[in-house]
Amino acid sequence: MSDRKKILEVRGVNAYYEKQVLYDINFTIYENEILGLVGESGCGKTTLSKAILGLGEHTQGEIIHHTSRPQMIFQDPYASLNPVKKIGWILEEPLKLKGGIPKTQRREAVMDILKKVGLDEKIASRLPRELSGGQRQRVSIATALINGSRFIIADEPVSALDVTVQAQIMELLLKLADEFQLSYLFISHDLNVIYQMCDRLIVMKEGRIVEEGSIAQVFNKPQNPYTKQLLELEN
Amino acid sequence: MKKDRRNLNFILGCVICAVMLLLVILGFFYTPYGPDAMNGPDKFAAPSLRHLMGADQFGRDIFSRVLKGLGTTGWISLVTVAIGGLTGTLVGALTGYYGGILDEILMRINDILTAFPSFLLALVFISVLGPGKGNLIMALSIAFIPSFARVVRGEFLLYRERDYVKSAKLWGASGIRIMFIHILPNALPVILSSAAIGFNNAVLAEASLSYLGIGVQPPDASLGRMISEASAYLFSAPWCAVFPGVMIILLILGFGMISDGLKR
Repeated sequence: MSDRKKILEVRGVNAYYEKQVLYDINFTIYENEILGLVGESGCGKTTLSKAILGLGEHTQGEIIHHTSRPQMIFQDPYASLNPVKKIGWILEEPLKLKGGIPKTQRREAVMDILKKVGLDEKIASRLPRELSGGQRQRVSIATALINGSRFIIADEPVSALDVTVQAQIMELLLKLADEFQLSYLFISHDLNVIYQMCDRLIVMKEGRIVEEGSIAQVFNKPQNPYTKQLLELEN
Repeated sequence: MKKDRRNLNFILGCVICAVMLLLVILGFFYTPYGPDAMNGPDKFAAPSLRHLMGADQFGRDIFSRVLKGLGTTGWISLVTVAIGGLTGTLVGALTGYYGGILDEILMRINDILTAFPSFLLALVFISVLGPGKGNLIMALSIAFIPSFARVVRGEFLLYRERDYVKSAKLWGASGIRIMFIHILPNALPVILSSAAIGFNNAVLAEASLSYLGIGVQPPDASLGRMISEASAYLFSAPWCAVFPGVMIILLILGFGMISDGLKR
């Protein structure tokens, strides 16, 4: 494992709001690895992802990015796309902000990425409200990928979708991970989803990592009582 | 059903405002008589084919003066809302998006300004600056900033937490770009709706201040000025006050309906 290229290292991260919400968080994500993050709401998952994205305040510790800045896919596909902008505009914006890419090339990149996430080119001229939840989530994935990011934080990316769409989006995420050598930090409360998606898993409880290991290890031989409890609830 | 009624309001409002605009444009190029031309024999003439809305105490044609006055009132209100609205939007956007100490300072100033009714505030400014059209516009604009700032700040507070704004930050968008390209279009319906209400308040404030004699100065015609001059003859020659009054009512009705139609 250690000979693989590191994408992200988190070293001794603590975070404080009114009280301490993260306690000495340590983990590493490697290239083309999907790391699951499980924990009940309020356990610090969101704080941790914010800290990794550099949007967090009151955070101590080291967060080392070995590639470009990570991008994020959000849970609610109805809130993650600007409702007054057309899909083409939304997809082009990251490229505009990156700068130095001529308009025709940006357009081509937009059409290209739409195809990659399984959407029709015509969608570029639509508004988010004209799209289904699954289509929107595909657009979100496309915006995260379009400027070349290879590390994505996916915060419950399928939990707002219904089951069949959920399966399609998960399939797409796995396909893209293979195609672009992506790494994900995959946050979910659904152990079934984690089991299907992830290579490794960390379990958080009350701001601490209580268990870490490969999917097989954690699911077959959980060490921590909290993890055991989670797995029992699932079965 | 609800949506249909809103659209009907919007359309009716637009029709009324369009007619008003046509009248203003008409008054700009053509009036049946000179708006300031006095004509002794026609003094207090009742409405007739000769004088559609009658004539006032100097024998001036009221229809011609209403056309001019509508233009004056409309122009003052428009400039007022434009200046007050743009400044207020800017202040609201900055304070709502960035928050922090800037928000604290500007919003406390805003609170102080809001504590006084905007009409009273305009009155104070005019008493300092002196009467006249330019000063009237300035005074009303300043008095209108707080209400816009508050509305826009509220919108920006709401939108800055949205996931798509977080995404834009991750793409490296600057604060200015997020404020004006990403958030502002979302807040636009609310801002336009406030602008329509603001326009109404400006019409009323201009009319009131001119009625008090500290707004538009004679012989210039404005709707408020005309009612002010006609108040002495309200019973002997009611048409002098009624027609400018009806114009004010229609103007406010039109913009009120537009504002209603724009609201989400």
